[in-house]
Amino acid sequence: MLQKFKNREFYLLTIIAGIIVATGYITPSFLTVGGISSLFEDSSILIILSLAQMIVMLTGGIDLSLASNIAFTGMLVGKVCHSHPDSPILFLIFLALSVGLLLGMFNGFLIGYLKLPPLVVTLGTMNAYRGLTFIISNGGQWIKSQDLTESFLNFPHISFLGISMIIWIAIIVGILMYIFLNKMRLGREIYSIGNNTLASEYVGLKISRNIFYAYCLSGLIAGLCGYLWVARFAVAYTELAQGFELQTVAAVAIGGISNLGGIGTVPGAILGALLLSLIANALPSMGISPFWQLALSGAAIIIAIIINSRSNKLPVKRILKNWITRRE
Amino acid sequence: MSVLIELKNIKKHFSGIKALDGVHLTVKSGEIVALIGENGAGKSTIVKILTGIYQPDNGEIFVKGRKIIIDSARKAWNLGITAIHQETVLFDELNIMENIFMGRVFKNRLGFLDKKKMFSITNELLKEVHLDDVEPKTPLKTLSLAQRHLITIARSLSHNADVVILDEPTAALSLGETRGLYKIIRKLKDNGKGILFISHKFEELFELCDRYYVFRDGKYISDGNMDEVTEKELIKMLVGREIGQIFPKENVEIGAKVLEVKNYSNNIEFKNINFNLRKGEILGFYGLVGAGRSELFKSLMGLSEGLKSSGEIFLNEKKIKFPDAKAAIDNGIAYLPEDRQHCGTILEMSIKNNITLPSLNRVAKRGLISKEKELAITREYGNKLQIKADNWQMPVEELSGGNQQKVVIAKWLAVKPGIMILDEPTKGIDVASKAAVHKFISSLVLQGLSVILISSELPEVMGLSDRIIVMYKGEIKAEISREDFNAEKIMTAAADVGSDLHD
Repeated sequence: MLQKFKNREFYLLTIIAGIIVATGYITPSFLTVGGISSLFEDSSILIILSLAQMIVMLTGGIDLSLASNIAFTGMLVGKVCHSHPDSPILFLIFLALSVGLLLGMFNGFLIGYLKLPPLVVTLGTMNAYRGLTFIISNGGQWIKSQDLTESFLNFPHISFLGISMIIWIAIIVGILMYIFLNKMRLGREIYSIGNNTLASEYVGLKISRNIFYAYCLSGLIAGLCGYLWVARFAVAYTELAQGFELQTVAAVAIGGISNLGGIGTVPGAILGALLLSLIANALPSMGISPFWQLALSGAAIIIAIIINSRSNKLPVKRILKNWITRRE
Repeated sequence: MSVLIELKNIKKHFSGIKALDGVHLTVKSGEIVALIGENGAGKSTIVKILTGIYQPDNGEIFVKGRKIIIDSARKAWNLGITAIHQETVLFDELNIMENIFMGRVFKNRLGFLDKKKMFSITNELLKEVHLDDVEPKTPLKTLSLAQRHLITIARSLSHNADVVILDEPTAALSLGETRGLYKIIRKLKDNGKGILFISHKFEELFELCDRYYVFRDGKYISDGNMDEVTEKELIKMLVGREIGQIFPKENVEIGAKVLEVKNYSNNIEFKNINFNLRKGEILGFYGLVGAGRSELFKSLMGLSEGLKSSGEIFLNEKKIKFPDAKAAIDNGIAYLPEDRQHCGTILEMSIKNNITLPSLNRVAKRGLISKEKELAITREYGNKLQIKADNWQMPVEELSGGNQQKVVIAKWLAVKPGIMILDEPTKGIDVASKAAVHKFISSLVLQGLSVILISSELPEVMGLSDRIIVMYKGEIKAEISREDFNAEKIMTAAADVGSDLHD
């Protein structure tokens, strides 16, 4: 299975490198160490959240409530930080993870055990979680940077080996996710279920339970992003990250994760998210109008999906033996 | 009587298997022709060739004396050939009228649908097929299966079809509904249509048909007039072949009871099932399409969710129940499903990942999979079954049918089961792989396993089994031990012909 995707990742990497070089040619400041590291800082949250989206997509589902999860957990930890300024930062991160996990568990219960359609369930919880955010914010009050502590705001920017913490977190989440999906039993089972639910049932896999776990994990990661988002942008409000869930869907689509389940790799999802952020970052520095930016990222998504649909078509029954290399 | 269709020397291969080997067949106007054969005799291939779904490799088709190539379903339809299958192909969410005029509507001068005209035509058609209690606007989903068959017939009438193919139309109908259908079929015959009738039920063949054709293993065996032949003679033509030599049955000592099933029913798919399986035994389950064999074992394995079953299962004399497949597998029962592509393998995944999927608990420690252990298991069972592949990382979808089946078997062997249930293990695989699978089944019992072999191929079950249980419409009709094996006897029970034939 790996062989098949190496091609796609290579393409994505080439495109990303091409855009970086081209942008650097037009605006040299883009190619400096500061430029590159700010690009990665800007894309970290999208990368992390796309990995969450990827897990549920591998089961054949979708999670539209991710951005609302971010808003809710972000608002909650922001408020806790405001009311208890002495809470340690690790406690707040732990809180964000647990709250995110809880919201994910609710999705997972409805989709895994009650077998409700993921699109409708997460569309519902997308609104519900957003509504809860409004309620806990006392009717839409903002948490501003002066309400938050130094340590809360600074944590993502702590530099280690010249790389800021938020990038380190993205790297660690990426590595853990790679290990989870490629080396762990649960990851293998998630791929099987997404690929062929019936056959997975026949070999005795616990379908409902595994789907439940997938949504738990995506909720957990969204919770982490909730903290990162509020800390990085130093503000929490009801409409926070609205529409961001669709960017993760676009990112994984570009990265070659099939929305039918069972197909996709961690590097693919990361590169897809990176490409999407890059387009959003590079175009303004090239002086392209925001309206063209939207149109161009839309075009990137559609092109990616065309490539996907062509490569996901069932292969012709192979008769000749050495006809294995598959072209995308 | 004019000849409507004539098939001459039709041949059709599927990856090494001869589905049809030089058969011929004619249907004249105003007659009902029976096409008789076991499962795998080539009946459905003939139907698919006549309806333009398959192209024959060889041979000629004449429709009303003109030589013709039927290269699409539409062409068959335009030539006046329609087929009515066991499960009709209609649109549930549409009404009767919309179903009948699907794909060829009448329009008025303005280009809108001429619903009035279609409504009145539908009304006439419904009268013609004696469907009095429904309206053209009745939604199709509210109709019974029998009514749906009649709608399909009405649809072909609306198009003046000359040849109507009926593929086991009564398989799921009640007696009353069957009678109604017979009436319509006779009326079609009187109107000069030619009818090709496929059925496993001898009574209805004798009641309805004028002539018969018998096929066996894709070959033409004989034809003649229905009133010049007896049931017994037909059964003989159906099964008559050499049985025994190709299937190596090892002599294995039969041990204690390992599995016993008592009064097992779910009252929808099967009822009153009683049987037992001994150590080292191969127990064959024979039956025709719709006998309920796969459904029974799916239910035993905890794979038919939502269908409540009653009865008792004893494993090694201990009462047990499997809520899901995992419980059954953990207790040493492996079920190899019939539908290899959809239930048996995960085609996109590698050979290695497929083989270790049900044994992940053995290769994973604290959730982390050990690649070495995985490869060891894959190598052991892959080599044992002689899977032909470039490497173990190859996706299963790139293997031939026979090798895919070997992957499925390897996967289940790796679980180290005590009981192996094989559902049509040689369906659709080439001759060489088939022989390998047969040899392998014999070797299983040598290692002390017990095997349940569900097969629709009579020579296969007769060659390999120690005992055969014959099912018909969800019930066990006969249990025969090896000394008493007799093809006609088994076939008779499977078709529920009645005991007067043998006593």
